[in-house]
Amino acid sequence: MARSHIRILKEAKADQIIEVKTRISHPMETGLRKTADGAPIPRKIINRFECIYLGQSVFVAELQPAVSADPYISFFVRARQSGKLEFVWTDDDGAAYRDEADLTVI
Amino acid sequence: MSSSPLSGWSRRELLAASGATAVALAGLTLVSTAAMATPVELEEAIGKLVGKAPVKEGRVNLRLPPIAEDGDVVPLTVSVDSPMSDSDYVRKIHILAQENPWPRVCSFALGPQNGKAEVSTRIRLAKDQTVVAVAEMNDGSAYRMAVAVKVSVGGCGGI
Repeated sequence: MARSHIRILKEAKADQIIEVKTRISHPMETGLRKTADGAPIPRKIINRFECIYLGQSVFVAELQPAVSADPYISFFVRARQSGKLEFVWTDDDGAAYRDEADLTVI
Repeated sequence: MSSSPLSGWSRRELLAASGATAVALAGLTLVSTAAMATPVELEEAIGKLVGKAPVKEGRVNLRLPPIAEDGDVVPLTVSVDSPMSDSDYVRKIHILAQENPWPRVCSFALGPQNGKAEVSTRIRLAKDQTVVAVAEMNDGSAYRMAVAVKVSVGGCGGI
């Protein structure tokens, strides 16, 4: 299973620019590796990551096989008002892994 | 007499063995060459991403270690000199690696809501190479920065 971790400030001032650090456990299988018997290991990567803040998409990453296993992505968001940040990672097989974090704007 | 380490091998067997080795090595070289992108492919990939806009040097700051011990996990931070205001912001950032099997590594979509155009991630590098970051601005202009990285142990899962 894909386990995710999010690190952000719990509280921020309005208009403060805060860093959002995200990581999810995933092999990011490139499709180029082979098993010991020489059988190809099929590609299976997280190809898309999105952060939604207050219901609006604020950051999207498109990932290729050259992103390391357990993809780590950090970026910045301007705090506007208290609310939820939602995170969605999309797998090659269509599965979506979700996480969320609450931000209080003081 | 029979003090030679090659004793027991006929000349014909030796030749056959060395020939096979040479063929095997040539095969390996061909495979690894075919698996790498070329500079032309890199420029084509950039062109496909940003369109016809000329890609200028500057405004982009790409940070990677000069020597990556482990090509499977190379930390990268890219930032772009931009006010990230409603009228002047970075729309996209692309990361490309010329000597990887596929030059594209990842792309990020940003906007004024980010406040700061800076993203960090960790990437795979197959061998020593140049990594390029390309930033597309909201007015359609594009900027780039390239960084040379030496890779001690190649990543990308044994390519």
